Amino acid sequence: MSKFKKKADVKQEIPTSSMPDVVFMLLFFFMVTTELRETSINVKQRIPEAAQLRKLAKKSLIAYLYMGEPQKSEDLGKEAKIQANDAFIEPKDVIQWVNNEKAKLDEFERDQITISFKVDEETKRGLIADVETELRKANARKLMYSTKIKMEKE
Amino acid sequence: MARTTPEIPNASMADIAFLLLTFFLVTTTMPNTRGLYIQLPPPPEAQPPEDVQIKEKNLFKVQVNSFDNVLVEGEPWMGSERELTDRIKEFILNYGRDPLSSDSPKDAIVSYKTDRGTSYKKFIQMLDAMQAAYYEIYAERAGVTTERWREIASDPDLEINPQLKEIYNKGRGVRPDGTIEIPLALSIAEPTKVGG
Repeated sequence: MSKFKKKADVKQEIPTSSMPDVVFMLLFFFMVTTELRETSINVKQRIPEAAQLRKLAKKSLIAYLYMGEPQKSEDLGKEAKIQANDAFIEPKDVIQWVNNEKAKLDEFERDQITISFKVDEETKRGLIADVETELRKANARKLMYSTKIKMEKE
Repeated sequence: MARTTPEIPNASMADIAFLLLTFFLVTTTMPNTRGLYIQLPPPPEAQPPEDVQIKEKNLFKVQVNSFDNVLVEGEPWMGSERELTDRIKEFILNYGRDPLSSDSPKDAIVSYKTDRGTSYKKFIQMLDAMQAAYYEIYAERAGVTTERWREIASDPDLEINPQLKEIYNKGRGVRPDGTIEIPLALSIAEPTKVGG
């Protein structure tokens, strides 16, 4: 019996005094590594997969265009739409949008702007090609089809 | 007189920190900056009218219709993407061995044509297989893995880092006069309007 009593004396608590420190560390990690979501995406985004991915180094030079079926398809129809920043735009407005995006960058970086397409996999190629034609006219010819990583099966 | 030491209660600090942490977890996204990179051709008006005749044998044609069916060199394609990549590699590195395939990598052009009705998913899938062919050729010649090659090709320091530049040039086969032995000739044509 006495042996059991001795064991009961041992403290069984996890020290919690360092918990705030640990949590703060995590907090700072997330604060530093993430960006605030600037726009709410109003089109469907089932991003396709690919293997030959390249990574863009400078995030500040990327401008995103979202394409896909609107989330509220009962109001806006099932036709795929283009979303730039917070608004739906037509292909003809792309040049204007590119110029606005370029104006946000420093002068020497403007020709290095990269357009990243975040396109739903059900979107038809026709719409994407129309946007590409406008990008060519706007002289923003660096293009990234944003995709997820496909694990290569060997 | 008993001196009271002023103390801030810190028992709730963890709770506050957790609340903040959850806020940041929910409101932020890890920006995805990865994808398939292409360079668009100059605007249609700026291009001089093309008089250049490209020999049929120097063209490797991949076509996708609005039902996502694939034609490779005019024949229905049922194979995997891996097989397509291998076939394109063979085509580019033919060096005139097979009289019906390309003369040299410099002349070889991989032409990719889709329909307006082709889905983006199929478009990406095929583009991925085609880019793989070029990246694998480059990587093999440079003696690095394809992952490393793609990293080097997108490295912002590529122009100022002689070591990277050397690998990059070795892969593409840059000659002293500046010409490239294996240029990335992947032509993405305007999609056709007709379905079917």
